[in-house]
Amino acid sequence: MDFGSINPVILLASLMVASTPILLAALGEMVTEKSGVLNLGVEGMMIFGAVCGFIAAVESQSPAIGFLVAAIGGAALSMLFGVLTQIFLTTQVPAGLALTLFGTGLASLLGQNYQGISPPRMPEMHIPLLKDIPFLGPILFEHDAIVYLSILAVFAVWAFLKFTRAGLVLRAVGENHAAAHALGYKVKLVRFAAIGFGGAMAGLGGAYISLVRVPQWTDGITAGIGWIALAIVVFASWKAGRILIGAYLFGGITVLQLNLQAAGAKVPVELLSMSPFLATILVLVVISARRHGASNAPAMLGRIFHTS
Amino acid sequence: MIKFIKRPQPSKFWTLATPLLAVILTMILGGLLFAAMGKDPFEAIRTIFWDPLFNPQFAGYSRPQLLVKAGPLILIAIGLSLGFKAGIWNIGAEGQYIMGALTGAAVGLALYPLEAWWIFPLMIIAGAIGGFVWAMIPAILKTRFNTNEILVSLMLVYVAEQILASAALGALRNPEGNGFPGSRNLSQIEWMSNPELISGTGAHWGVIAALGAVVATYVLLNKHMLGFQIRLTGESPRAARFAGVKDKLLVMFCLGAAGALAGLAGLFEVTGPAGQISIDFGSGYGFTAIIVAFLGRLHPVGILLAGLLLALTFIGGELAQFMLGLPSSAIQVFQGMLLMTLLAMDIVVNYRLTLVKKEVA
Repeated sequence: MDFGSINPVILLASLMVASTPILLAALGEMVTEKSGVLNLGVEGMMIFGAVCGFIAAVESQSPAIGFLVAAIGGAALSMLFGVLTQIFLTTQVPAGLALTLFGTGLASLLGQNYQGISPPRMPEMHIPLLKDIPFLGPILFEHDAIVYLSILAVFAVWAFLKFTRAGLVLRAVGENHAAAHALGYKVKLVRFAAIGFGGAMAGLGGAYISLVRVPQWTDGITAGIGWIALAIVVFASWKAGRILIGAYLFGGITVLQLNLQAAGAKVPVELLSMSPFLATILVLVVISARRHGASNAPAMLGRIFHTS
Repeated sequence: MIKFIKRPQPSKFWTLATPLLAVILTMILGGLLFAAMGKDPFEAIRTIFWDPLFNPQFAGYSRPQLLVKAGPLILIAIGLSLGFKAGIWNIGAEGQYIMGALTGAAVGLALYPLEAWWIFPLMIIAGAIGGFVWAMIPAILKTRFNTNEILVSLMLVYVAEQILASAALGALRNPEGNGFPGSRNLSQIEWMSNPELISGTGAHWGVIAALGAVVATYVLLNKHMLGFQIRLTGESPRAARFAGVKDKLLVMFCLGAAGALAGLAGLFEVTGPAGQISIDFGSGYGFTAIIVAFLGRLHPVGILLAGLLLALTFIGGELAQFMLGLPSSAIQVFQGMLLMTLLAMDIVVNYRLTLVKKEVA
């Protein structure tokens, strides 16, 4: 095999591309979970966003419209979960599973006439001056707008949760919904908003796969990335900065294994393909084995809020 | 204004009535969906739910298929229901199903071309062990490290799919298959096949096993201490701990039983209807079984009926694809909608709806 064919600059730049869908989806899910809601429908919202974005981008020949529609689509689908869990007081685990099953089916239904089409190309936004930095420039500053947006979103979410009043309310709802309710905060409204944000981000992440990363529409295109995003939220102990680390770690594993496959490594292809999932399990074990790992979870995660 | 008041006990009436209502409501919503796709909704619904059973032209082929498809769904869903009752979320049955088929088939193929009556029983045991071991991974990680079993069991589905691909292309590939991927056809090897037992019914050993699992689970849940402990843990984990329920053992049992049953389902499938290990062996039964378990209200008899209904949607879906050009994904949407409407209706099971005049806060 030929390790020389793996160019570190291209490898690291493609790492950022591979990580972006995971990062977007995990960040959205973290906000949802911070409000005390466990939405296991990330995979379904991602693939639904992927197909919505793809169709919109192909029909309008504009990737920007594609991403916009993907975010709207993801948010719209998440509202189904919101209605189930917040109004019909359904247990969140099966409701999330239902969302994934439904979203996967709906995506493949909508996308059946869009297979084998190429979407419009997402323009790259090279950042002047910064891109000329040797080595780091081509890795960090020659990407498309969504990559930058995803990193900005990390800071935005971090600042929102830490410094704003609305962020504090969101965290309060997630830590103790009875107390938040007693203080006069609209628990369900906050949760609807958080679920919708999670859906929109998952939709964006999905569209990034179908419009940039692959870029094509095929059934099952998200291939478990939504589930990895869920695991990354646990790995990150519900902290925005660590979501970035987690997403890039998994993006790195994905890119590395693809490059090893391409370079003809003497490792079975199947073993390489399963490596992101094995790594996820490993990371989950390490995190949960640490005594403080799970204690950072929002206290109301998965609990039903009901006033009688 | 409508107010929900929590019932002290879930309503027995609504527990039974809501699955039926959910099916009817999903048929209406599904009809609207089919209409939106430009198909005649009444014809579509009839093709899916009526024609496979009663249309003289198709029923001859379709009716036996009902048991063929319902067998694995029921087997897997029965196992899942044990865990779901106790609040243990095994959603990786698809992986356990694949691993059961792989280990069972591997044991059989290792003995090829030996001819002996005990080969098939041995493969059944191997299949159950394969699924069991695969489910023990999330079980042990949960009990030892408190790792989330939802995510681990799900991740292992993707791992199992890769192992399946590797086996179909490598270790288990038919040496006389002219290089095509896929194993020998087990259903054509006398001592390894899982044939239709009563001609024209579709009943194979997997269907018998499914019925056995229904009965055994019914007895377990109603007459046995362990069944009581499962129900207790689901309803009140704290009370269960005070009552001396060994929660770790319970996790092992629920996941292990689900894995073994899913493994059995895989083994019966690979030796019968599917016939061989191939890359696309995973059929999504493991995920549909989640819907079966909920629609059956986690009750063995309910699961039996729900399994038959979901099997009908598969067969009817194929028929509708053939007759009306309805894409197969439409059925997946339909199944997803069914679970959603059912979950939404749970509110009348757990809450009393009363009309109250709007009060001043």
